[in-house]
Amino acid sequence: MSTENRTPLLRLAKRSEMDPRKVWCIRVASIAIALILGFIPILLTGNNPFAAYGVIVQGSLSRPIYIRQTVKIAVPLLGCALAIAPCFKMKFWNIGAEGQITMGAVAATYFALFWADKLPHFPLLAIMFISGAVAGGLWALIPAFFKAKWNTNETLFTLMMNYIAIGIVAWLQGGPWEGRKGSQLIPMFSDNARIPTVLGVHCGWVIALVLVVLMYIYMNRTKQGYEIAVIGDSVNTARYAGMNVGWIMMRTMFLSGAISGIVGFMIVSGANYTLYSGVANGVGFTSITVAWLSQLNSFAMIAISMMLAILEKGSNTLQTRMEIPASIADIITGILLFCMLSCEFFINYRLIFRHRERKEVNV
Amino acid sequence: MEKKCAIEMKGITKRFGQVTANDSIDLRINRGEIMALLGENGSGKTTLMNMLSGIYQPDEGEIYEDGSRIYIRSPREAYEYGIGMIHQHYKLIEVFTATQNIILGLNDGKMDIAAAEARVKEICSRYGFDIDPGKKVYDMSVSQKQTVEIVKVLYRGADILILDEPTAVLTPQETQKLFRVLRNMKEDGKAIVIITHKLHEVMDVSDTVTVLRKGKYIGTVNTADTDPQALTDMMVGHAVSLNIERPRYPDPQRKLIVEGLTVVDEEGIRRLDSVSFTANTGEILGVAGISGSGQKELLEAITGLYPVKEGSIRFIGSDGSETELVGKTPKKIRETGIGMAFVPEDRLGMGLVGSMGMTGNMLLRSWKNGKGALLRKKDPEALANRIWKDLDVVTPGVDYPVRRLSGGNVQKVLVGREISSEPAVLMTAYAVRGLDINTSYTIYSLLTEQKMKGVAVIYVGEDLDVLIELADRILVLCGGRVAGIVDGRTATKEEIGLLMTHFDSKESGE
Repeated sequence: MSTENRTPLLRLAKRSEMDPRKVWCIRVASIAIALILGFIPILLTGNNPFAAYGVIVQGSLSRPIYIRQTVKIAVPLLGCALAIAPCFKMKFWNIGAEGQITMGAVAATYFALFWADKLPHFPLLAIMFISGAVAGGLWALIPAFFKAKWNTNETLFTLMMNYIAIGIVAWLQGGPWEGRKGSQLIPMFSDNARIPTVLGVHCGWVIALVLVVLMYIYMNRTKQGYEIAVIGDSVNTARYAGMNVGWIMMRTMFLSGAISGIVGFMIVSGANYTLYSGVANGVGFTSITVAWLSQLNSFAMIAISMMLAILEKGSNTLQTRMEIPASIADIITGILLFCMLSCEFFINYRLIFRHRERKEVNV
Repeated sequence: MEKKCAIEMKGITKRFGQVTANDSIDLRINRGEIMALLGENGSGKTTLMNMLSGIYQPDEGEIYEDGSRIYIRSPREAYEYGIGMIHQHYKLIEVFTATQNIILGLNDGKMDIAAAEARVKEICSRYGFDIDPGKKVYDMSVSQKQTVEIVKVLYRGADILILDEPTAVLTPQETQKLFRVLRNMKEDGKAIVIITHKLHEVMDVSDTVTVLRKGKYIGTVNTADTDPQALTDMMVGHAVSLNIERPRYPDPQRKLIVEGLTVVDEEGIRRLDSVSFTANTGEILGVAGISGSGQKELLEAITGLYPVKEGSIRFIGSDGSETELVGKTPKKIRETGIGMAFVPEDRLGMGLVGSMGMTGNMLLRSWKNGKGALLRKKDPEALANRIWKDLDVVTPGVDYPVRRLSGGNVQKVLVGREISSEPAVLMTAYAVRGLDINTSYTIYSLLTEQKMKGVAVIYVGEDLDVLIELADRILVLCGGRVAGIVDGRTATKEEIGLLMTHFDSKESGE
């Protein structure tokens, strides 16, 4: 070999622990890079990227009504990300939030349709809230039970449960709960079954923010949160410490499903005022992105869910004003995800360039 | 026979952040020779060898092979130079056969399994390996997996072999078998480096010994010209007494009575077969046996982690009352107020939570404490700080993930926590495996200290030299049965070794 073949131009070294503040700086920088990369698709449509971003921000934040609509998109994302967080911390891959939302919505809708004229406003809402939580929780409990008992694969199981839930709603829509015959639609809720608004947005956002704080405390300060973290690290260690792993899995999944169910209740009672098979509308999946990008940190989830909501709301305006397809939001979300996941790589590793290293040696 | 220099390393320095793992090290590896690379944990042995196998590149220094300078940038390039390393943790695909694993990653155009198998067989017979090339890895014992790794390296044409602590997971018999193979390879002119910190093995197998201490090169000596004491001095820098203290406890009482204990694993194989013994207070009961003779199952059955088929395990309280442990979960046993501490073999996978700091790991014993749903972190934090100081754990802080600590410090955290619970019974499985001499002695004296406090200590060990110096009585397991219980003060290694293989003939006859 010739002496030209020295150490490679670029190599990787594992970093030692990094200052958490620096870590978050890198994450923010990666978002900036993603937004800059987002220029490319906009340029390809023949538009000025600065103008386009301006429209996105304008269309989502410039007027109170826009802000309200943006928050309305963010709330279910945030709520559902909070629901998924404990499962993911436990390394229980619950991708069935979509179905859990749907079942929560079904239970809430039952009371909205058949009890609205029999109960006063707040007791009705309370029952819808609780029934939504219980239904979502039970729906999530099924795969957890099978996992605990027979170690079935929770990823496939929770995924498949989604389609069953959606199928149930489709049946209700065309069958027992159908409003006008042949319409394939469930009637709109009466005002009695609609949740009140706070500052112009349904009060789900207050519930979500309360959940953020509760979830943070639950994960970091409680015995149950500790159990979840230990199981996520090593099931054997949990057993060694005397934890009943199966029971904890079921309990956590019930909790997760219950929060998703509450999200379902908020969607039907606060946004749609009716139930249809697409009620979850992909929130259960998008919220996985939210949970993951925020590293399961409850407070970071607020920012991430808002960001995704701004993109979604803003790009709708983009479509009407600049004739750029709204799907540009999906492209930018994809770029964001890519950048933020690859920034984790740079948090764990550092690059060493050949010439810089030689300099270090000389010095 | 004149020794030909295969590899020469000059002034090798490697830094990881602030830590200098290797500080300007010079090293010669000769063909037709077995060199032992000796040093405590963290002395830089593995790092140095990883630079030969292409995993790391040196920050400074030069490497020469047969006199010409070489640059090794990847394991693949290392193979091109004929250098192969067998790592501590095997890198095999479980569902592949031995041969498939061996040719994995080789790209010579076609995949001729039959031809490859023939070559594997040829290599095996040449050096005296004993493997079935068509056997799937998941069916293999640890020693067979190691053999596959070695053959894999030879198959790739390596004539400079580096083995990183190859005997850590082997029984004495398997170790002897490995050494025979290594000697065969030496006769064949290969250069062999074996990384270890077991002195008697160094004396047994090596021709020369190179000692590293804290990343620095200390010296190279001919094995024939040295003795364990001199090597220990080189390794640790100061003389360590090889004697383990073994005081007598004045008044031993029965603490744990195991009778007719039988456990069956998922495949229906009897892992323990009518095991009976008594553990006393103020006594270290050593448990010896070839690995996989039921040691793990025994400790896990006592702690309630392994289902018991038959038999009884009775705990004698200080007031003489007996409590049956069989059928109780670990949680129940703890709630009954039985002070049982357990240092499992798999420290990070069972005894500790790797991603948490010392405080989080102290919580593992006390997270249930206190009323209500909230965690109480104060006491565990104080305990973590105490262990940090008392046992000299090297860590930046009590919240630093224990996974990132070195093996010895991980074990200090684990043992420290278990002892702090003031147990009545303390069980340890391979408590000093992989630890350097100093930490090992810390552990021995901690265990003896517990014994003198009247704790019944059960010590599952693999090093017979240690067992006969540390334990008061030694229970020898063989194939899940008690082959004998001997007095630690009078027993000899030969006697125990014989018991360890006692039932073998009987087993095969059944």
